[in-house]
Amino acid sequence: MFYREAGQFKTSYYADQAIFPILQDRIGVAAILFVAFTLPLAASDFFVGSVMIPFLVFSLAAIGLNILTGYTGLISLGTGAFMGVGAYACYKLTTIFPDVPIVAHILAAGFFSAAIGVIFGLPSLRIKGFYLAVATLAAQFFLQWCFVRIPWLYNNNASGAIEVPVRTLMGIDVTGANATPMVRYYVILAIVVAMTWVASNIVHGRVGRQWMAVRDMDIAAELIGIRLLNTKLLAFAVSSFYCGVAGAVMMFLWYGGGEAADAFNINQSFNILFMVIIGGLGSLIGSFFGAAFISSFPTLLKFGLPMVGIHIGSASVEHLTHFAIGALIIAFLIVEPHGLARLWQIGKQKLRVWPFPY
Amino acid sequence: MRTPTGWIFGTALAVVLAAGAPPATAEEGIYVPLLTYRTGNFAGSGTPIANGMRDYLEMLNQRDGGIGGVKLIIEECETGYDTKKGVECYESTKGKNPVVHNPYSTGLTLQLIPRASVDKIPLLTMAYGLSAAADGRVFPWTFNPPLTYWDGASVFVRFVAEKEGGVDKLKGKTIGLVHLDAPFGREPIPVMEELAKRYGFNLKLYPVPAQSMQDQASTWLAIRRDRVDWIYNQGWGAMNPTAVKEAVRTNFPIDKLVGVWWAGGDDDARAGGADAKGYRTLSFHGAGTSYPAMQDILKYVYDRNLAVGDRAKVGENLYSRGVYNSALIAEAIRTAQQVTGKKVVTGEDVRRGLESMNISDDRWKEMGFEGFAAPVNISCDDHSGHNRVFIAQWDGSKFVRGSDYIEPMKDLVRPMIESAAKDYAEKNAGWPKRTEACDGRS
Repeated sequence: MFYREAGQFKTSYYADQAIFPILQDRIGVAAILFVAFTLPLAASDFFVGSVMIPFLVFSLAAIGLNILTGYTGLISLGTGAFMGVGAYACYKLTTIFPDVPIVAHILAAGFFSAAIGVIFGLPSLRIKGFYLAVATLAAQFFLQWCFVRIPWLYNNNASGAIEVPVRTLMGIDVTGANATPMVRYYVILAIVVAMTWVASNIVHGRVGRQWMAVRDMDIAAELIGIRLLNTKLLAFAVSSFYCGVAGAVMMFLWYGGGEAADAFNINQSFNILFMVIIGGLGSLIGSFFGAAFISSFPTLLKFGLPMVGIHIGSASVEHLTHFAIGALIIAFLIVEPHGLARLWQIGKQKLRVWPFPY
Repeated sequence: MRTPTGWIFGTALAVVLAAGAPPATAEEGIYVPLLTYRTGNFAGSGTPIANGMRDYLEMLNQRDGGIGGVKLIIEECETGYDTKKGVECYESTKGKNPVVHNPYSTGLTLQLIPRASVDKIPLLTMAYGLSAAADGRVFPWTFNPPLTYWDGASVFVRFVAEKEGGVDKLKGKTIGLVHLDAPFGREPIPVMEELAKRYGFNLKLYPVPAQSMQDQASTWLAIRRDRVDWIYNQGWGAMNPTAVKEAVRTNFPIDKLVGVWWAGGDDDARAGGADAKGYRTLSFHGAGTSYPAMQDILKYVYDRNLAVGDRAKVGENLYSRGVYNSALIAEAIRTAQQVTGKKVVTGEDVRRGLESMNISDDRWKEMGFEGFAAPVNISCDDHSGHNRVFIAQWDGSKFVRGSDYIEPMKDLVRPMIESAAKDYAEKNAGWPKRTEACDGRS
C-alpha cells in the first residue's frame, strides 16, 4: 500500500537506470543516513563506540570481501591479512609523515593493501574455487608471519604492537585516548558512506558487470571479450583496497592500537567470510546485514540482557550468545540460502503487493 | 531499511538501546569489575584465575562486609581472551566508576594503557603486560607488580647459575628459550641476549607460532639436536602442557625445563604424566589451602554456596594467583582509604593507594597469608617493585616450593625499563607528562 511504484513514471533512460528507481527507496536511504548521522546525539558512548563503530568497520571489510567473493566469485581467506597490511601501512605512513591528516593516510594505506592483494591474486588466473582459497590462506599465514617477525613494520617497539599516536583533524583529536567515540564515529561513517557509494557505482557499472560475467562463467566471459587477467586482478585490487582501509580504520579509529596477531588472524578472515555468506553474496546491503548479525548482535545480546533485567553469569551469557548465533545461522540458511539480503528482497516484494497478494 | 515500517522500527530500536545506557550504580559501594575469561581457547588457564579473583573479594564481602566497611560490587565481564570483547567489557564497565581494571591479556593491556590516564582508572597488570610500564614516571596509571617478564628471565638465569655452581660455570652452556611467537612470548629476548653476552652462554630461540601451539614436535627435535642444557618456557594456554608433554616424550631432563609463572598451571604439569615430576616454574606465591585466608574462602564462600568454581580446585597454583591478584586489589583499596581518609574511594584514589602500597611480611600475616608471598613494594617511580620470586617444582600432584626467594637483577633490568619507557613516550607523540603528585611513603 505504501510501498509501490504505481504512478511513478520514468521519462528518461537516466531515471530508469537509477539504483533506487522507486521514490520510497530514496526516502528510506535518506532516512537511514539521517538516523546514522544523528545517532550519536541520542545514543550513549557505549552504544556508539562498541556497537556502531565495529558495525561500520566490519561492514567496510565485508564490502571488500563481497567484491571479490560475491561479485567476482573468487574465494579468499586472506581478508584478515589484507586488513593488517592496511593497518601497518597506515602506521608506517603516519610515523614517516606525521603532519599529513590521518584520513589521507588511512585511504593511502588502502593502496598498499591493493598492491599486496594483486600479488597474492595472481594465482587466481590458474586455480579456482577451493584451491584458490588455499592459496589465499597462504597469504594469510605469510603476512601474519611478517607482522610478527619484521620489527620495522611496528617501528621496533618494545611492545611489538601498533602504538597509535595522537592525530588531530581540524584541531579535534581523532585518534588516541582523548578522541571521543562520537568524533571517531563521524570520521568512520564519512569514510564508509563515501566508499559504499563508490562501490555501488563500480558494481553497477561496466567493471561490475565484467566481474559478474567472470563469476557466472569465466570461459563465456573470455569469449565475449573480457580479459580475465585484468578483471580478476582488478577485483583483487579493489577488494584489498577496501579491506586495507577497513583494517587501518579498525586499528586507528576503533581499537586505538594493539597486536596484529590478535586482530588480523585467520579467525578474522573467517568472520568476515561468514558475514558475506550470511549477509548475501553479491549484495552491498547484504554486507551491512552480515556485519550487523555477526558483529553487533552478540554484543547487543551480551550487554542488552543485563540491561533489561536478565542477570546471568558472565560466562553463561557468552555460551548463550554462541548458541543463539549458531542456531540463527542455521535457521537463516535453511529459510534462505542466499543470505539476509535475499530475505530483504523477498520482504520488499511481498510488501509491494500487500495487502492484495497474487 | 527502505520501508517506512522498517526504518521506524530501526529508529525505535536505536532509541531504546540508547536509552538503555549503563545506569550509575545506585548501591553504595566500591565497584570492582573483573575482566575474566571462562570461555575460548584459554579458558583452561582463565577459569581458575577468575575463580580465585572472585572468591577472595566475595570472601571479604562476606567476612568483613567489604573493605573499610564499604561493600565491594564485583562484576565479571567475559572477554574470552579476545581483544574485541575485552574492549567492549572495558567500555561497558567504564561508566560505573570502577576503581581498577585487570585486563588479563597482553593485547588488551596495550590498548588500555593510553586510555587509563584519560579515564582516570588505574590498570593493574599483575606480572604481565608491558614491561616498560614499570616506570611510574612515564606510566602513572599502569602498575605491574610484583615483577616484570624481564625480571623473570633474569631470575631464571640466576637460578641456572646457582644449580650449575656459579655464574662462571655458565660459560659454554646452551640455554634455550621456547616462546610463543607473539609480543608476549618475545618479551624475555632482550634480557636473555644481554645475559648471554655477559656470562658467555649460548642462547637458542625456539619460537612456537600461535597456530601450532599444540604441535611442537619439530621444536623439540631441534632442542635435542642442539643439545640444550636448560630451557626457559615463555608460554601460555595450550602451549604449556604441550611443551611439558614433548619434553617428557623426547627425554629432556624435566627438572631443567623452567616455565615463566604463566606456565605454572597444575594442568600444565599434569599433562606430562608421572614423568613430569620435577618440572619447575617461577612463582611469586604459595599454593594450597593451608593459609588462614584460604580457609576463610572455603568457609565464607564455598560453605555458603556463593562460589561458581569447584571446591576441589581451591588452592591450585593458578587459583592462588587469582587470589594473589585480588589481595593486591584489596590492599590497594585499603591503602587508598588510608591515604585519602575517604571510605568510598574512586579510581584516582586507588591509583594513589597503589603507589603507596607496601605489603610487608607482617601485613601478609595480618591478611591471613603468612608465608604466602614475598613483600610487595611499589613506589611512584617504580610501579613493579622488581620483587623476589622463587622456583616452584611439581611433585607429581601439586606445586611445592623448590628454591629460596631469588632477587631479580635489578641493576640490569631497571635501565632497560627506563629506556624502553622513554622510547614509548617518544614514539607516541603527545604522550602526557606525569602531572600526578606523589604521596610518598606513609
